Amino acid sequence: MSDVVTTRPGIRARGRTSAVGDAIFAALTRTAGVFVLVLLGAIIVVLFIGGWPAFRAFGPAFLVSAAWNPVTHRFGAVVAVYGTIVTSVLALILAVPLSFGIAFYLTELAPDWVRRPVGTAIELLAAIPSIIYGMWGFFVIVPFMAQYIQPWLIDTLGDVPVIGALFQGPPFGTGILTAALILAIMIIPFIAATMRDVFLTVPAVYKESAYGVGCTTWEVMRSIVVPYTRVSVVGGIMLGLGRALGETMAVTFVIGNTNRITTSLFGPGNTIASLVALEFPESEAGSLKLASLLALGFLLFVISFIVLAISRLMLRPRVSA
Amino acid sequence: MKLVTTGLALVLAGASFAAHAQQAITGAGATFPAPVYTKWGEAAKAAIGVQLNYQAIGSGGGQNQIINRTVDFGASDAPMDPAKLRTGNLLQFPTVMGAVVPIVNIPGLAAGELKLTGELLADIYLGSVTKWNDPKIAVLNAGVTLPALAIAPVYRADGSGTSFVYTSYLSTVSPEWKDKVGAATSVAWPAGAGAKGNDGVAATVHNTRGGLGYVENSYATRNHLVTTQLKNKSGRFVTPSKESFAAAAEAADWPHVQNFAVSLIDLPGEKAWPIVSPTFIELPKDPKDPARTAEVIKFFDWAFRNGNAIAEELEYIPLPNAVQNTVRSIWHSEIKGSDGKALY
Repeated sequence: MSDVVTTRPGIRARGRTSAVGDAIFAALTRTAGVFVLVLLGAIIVVLFIGGWPAFRAFGPAFLVSAAWNPVTHRFGAVVAVYGTIVTSVLALILAVPLSFGIAFYLTELAPDWVRRPVGTAIELLAAIPSIIYGMWGFFVIVPFMAQYIQPWLIDTLGDVPVIGALFQGPPFGTGILTAALILAIMIIPFIAATMRDVFLTVPAVYKESAYGVGCTTWEVMRSIVVPYTRVSVVGGIMLGLGRALGETMAVTFVIGNTNRITTSLFGPGNTIASLVALEFPESEAGSLKLASLLALGFLLFVISFIVLAISRLMLRPRVSA
Repeated sequence: MKLVTTGLALVLAGASFAAHAQQAITGAGATFPAPVYTKWGEAAKAAIGVQLNYQAIGSGGGQNQIINRTVDFGASDAPMDPAKLRTGNLLQFPTVMGAVVPIVNIPGLAAGELKLTGELLADIYLGSVTKWNDPKIAVLNAGVTLPALAIAPVYRADGSGTSFVYTSYLSTVSPEWKDKVGAATSVAWPAGAGAKGNDGVAATVHNTRGGLGYVENSYATRNHLVTTQLKNKSGRFVTPSKESFAAAAEAADWPHVQNFAVSLIDLPGEKAWPIVSPTFIELPKDPKDPARTAEVIKFFDWAFRNGNAIAEELEYIPLPNAVQNTVRSIWHSEIKGSDGKALY
């Protein structure tokens, strides 16, 4: 009897191994969590230290100066920041209504046999690498814009008093509008997929009771589904915005790579990511240009943080609810 | 047992990869000579077994990479600053000469029809001339109807030796350009849009109605782009062609410059094309891996001996024999292996 007991692992022994296993697992997960914080801190510190020579040389004027002159070594952040914000906001303006339409269609209006293929197509769009979008944009969209859309818009709307200023300049095909268009196409899958998934989580009983009192499909969507999923919808939009702010290769091909601010939508510009991508390889270590590029990276980080803070602010629980 | 077998298989596979990696040399830099280096690389692989891996990332990138010794050689159209050559312990030598040509996209205009001058190009890139039917352009082109299109100037957005050559030309012919902008691989262009690489500029001008750009000549010929005539220092309008490039190259004063950094911009000569430039290679004088540097020298020696036909076919101008021999003597005297012996 005692032989059998000693050869089988006893309960006390299993408890000891299990306790050790628990401790190891807890330590591993804690390390993973801390690792994220450490990584974030390390990136912030490296960017700030790398960009410090630029901040010290130019002071607060770095944030408002539109200069970017490698010959006289004067650099400023305004052009890149302006380009980043304008292209991302324009991309959102183009993408959000379309994504909402896609999600609405997929959840409410589409027949069953359409839902699966269209849903899969959306997810495939999200998986396409961004440089493919850039190359497709450069070889397909840019010539189309340069030969048909931009000349037509310049010729018809260029002379109109107020909005004509948006449609000035030679039809390069590249520019702020084209970049915003490509960005919009890139972020639609994220926003649409998020919206569709959360629209499907609305309990059927809410929608059915609304239909029961005579609401139309649009009223159900507007008054039941969207308020119920408000938090996640805004989260999806912020996800898309975050991707648009940081997008590098797709934008570099189609934005025109110019360090100037123009009022025209067809004017070329630069975003922080595309400027760094273009000028980083040629910047010598220790030069003011490299420090300015790293400072721009730090500014992009700050912009993303502000965007996240705004989204949190929009999602705080409403007192009246 | 499974572990041992897997480990053995991986080691043998790695060894077979190592055996296939023959003498490979890496270089990075200018897009200006990229077509000829690539063709030389293909021919050299067949002839002497040297495999060239050349990345056209722009002259600025090439200079950076060779200073950091991440590649075996750097390629740059802009001659490296002599102080940087000294501190980086690098040797600079030229390989071929090429020309920068302006390209346009004006509906109805054929190659070589439009006449331009250097001052006009500077005015366009400064933003003071904005339409193709501007009187300053019309006065030079009496028989040609110019449309009322906006000029769309295109420049190199990346750090580029082609830009260095072009802005050097603009600085030479236009005091206003020299004062406001200057000549460098990367400048603050007052007007126009940027594109990446010689091929990016060519594609952008091709796509844009009213486009004007500048590219290395072989990009213009290979893509059948519309080039223009330019007025040279002697007051004649010349078209870009082998004859006009050779006429400029003949006037080069090789013996009297340091580090072979001769300027072929706006040289006098009836037939000379005003925007010609040699392109340079930078090699470390004290290479960490002397075998690879010896391979690089072997490659370029082969190219000097056998690559002239390829260069001329792509409309580059080969170096004169005297200069090639000077380069060889410099290789012999300057580049030493770790034991102090010359690598060439």
